[in-house]
Amino acid sequence: MAAPAAMIPYFGQQMSSKNDLVPDWTRQEVSTGTTIMAVEYDGGVVIGADSRTTTGAYIANRVTDKLTPIHDRIFCCRSGSAADTQAIADVVTYHLNVHSGVIELDEPPLVETAANLFRASCYRYREELTAGILVAGWGGVSFKKILNPVAVGGSGSTYIYGFMDSNYKPGLNKDQCLELTAAALSLAMERDGSSGGVVRLATISEEGVERRVILGNQLPKFSSH
Amino acid sequence: MATLAVTRPPFGGFSFENCKRNAVIEGEVNKVGCSLPAARKTGTTICGVIFKDGVVLGADTRATEGMVVADKNCSKIHYISPNIYCCGAGTAADTEMTTQIISSNLELHSLSTGRLPRVATANRMLKQMLFRYQGYIGAALVLGGVDCNGPHLYSIYPHGSTDKLPYVTMGSGSLAAMAVFEDRYKPDMEEEDAKRLVRDAIAAGIFNDLGSGSNIDLCVITKSKVDYIRPHDEVNKKGIRMHHVTSQHTACLDIVIINVIWSHHHAIT
Repeated sequence: MAAPAAMIPYFGQQMSSKNDLVPDWTRQEVSTGTTIMAVEYDGGVVIGADSRTTTGAYIANRVTDKLTPIHDRIFCCRSGSAADTQAIADVVTYHLNVHSGVIELDEPPLVETAANLFRASCYRYREELTAGILVAGWGGVSFKKILNPVAVGGSGSTYIYGFMDSNYKPGLNKDQCLELTAAALSLAMERDGSSGGVVRLATISEEGVERRVILGNQLPKFSSH
Repeated sequence: MATLAVTRPPFGGFSFENCKRNAVIEGEVNKVGCSLPAARKTGTTICGVIFKDGVVLGADTRATEGMVVADKNCSKIHYISPNIYCCGAGTAADTEMTTQIISSNLELHSLSTGRLPRVATANRMLKQMLFRYQGYIGAALVLGGVDCNGPHLYSIYPHGSTDKLPYVTMGSGSLAAMAVFEDRYKPDMEEEDAKRLVRDAIAAGIFNDLGSGSNIDLCVITKSKVDYIRPHDEVNKKGIRMHHVTSQHTACLDIVIINVIWSHHHAIT
């Protein structure tokens, strides 16, 4: 994956702009504009994302699944360039399988391990990549406390910081977390042009992973106009 | 034991050494008033849809070089393996070579595993190659096929991101084709309905997008057979006008002929 991007001159963009028949957005990189979030509760974590992927002003995929499984009980929420995040997620999935599959361990891999693998890839290629990733999961007994009980990310996250600050309280149970996530994502999707579609939720706990989808017409409504 | 190497030993991948030279040439040529020849692009409408028993892929057949049609009947549905085909939009050479490389690698892989290749494998190979070249290979692909897990359809973008969907469109005419799909797609369609839907989607691209035109090619892939129908529909036959004015036009009342060519004795002294 070590592409010497720094040495490659930016001539590609200029050549293609001469052709008027091919519109601009076909040459834009595919990006997951996105709103993603993760909320921890006692016994697991709830993660959620919108489902819109854009190339410029065109929605390339309106039912994207941005909650990517890395391992049985570890997920990552992807935001940024679709190609970059898909590639990193594939690499980390492979490494984690080698780590816990080939090198036999008694217990499943820790979420910290997955997060560190992501961090290694993202930092090493930070000049070439555009990626914002939330790593969440249920990772067995760990010696380090989880850093943040709540995390939001993506372009739509800026619209819901206020909502999260006022509505999150420690000690929520699973259903309250799901409601909070769905409400926050709906608000962000309402205001952010790059977020939209359906809301995808996943609950990760010791019992396993439970996924659900909230369609557009079933989203919680806030504004009267 | 250090040796002075005059030339760098060749390594894999593209060599971008001529880019500076090309930029200089382009500058020089522009000063004279000409322009460099543009790479041939398939303006294109390509699409695919999953139906009850398999996948239908469709493509137009126009290849453009700038604003000129370079090839009126080029083939955009490429063979990957007996059960997997791939439509390509973007730079014609890139889609052609990329699909050929992956097709050849997939055949070796299939001989090694002893099994019919899976669409997910082809998808992985394509996305990893395109990501490695960071979008400089201008190939936007619609990959479809039927394997042991059923029918699959992927859209693959030049930077290496992929989406697995029941219906996809790519190319400059993709908005027109997607409009048709969003209106009429239903899950579990019959083969004839799916073929008609794809044909209409490509036709929408052909008639509403300047970069797409000529005929409609289809490829129907099911578990038991592959129908490569080229052409499925010739919607732009040469000499046949689309809207021919016959009646109800302004009547011709009178014809007057005036010579505008000067006679010789006017011109000579």
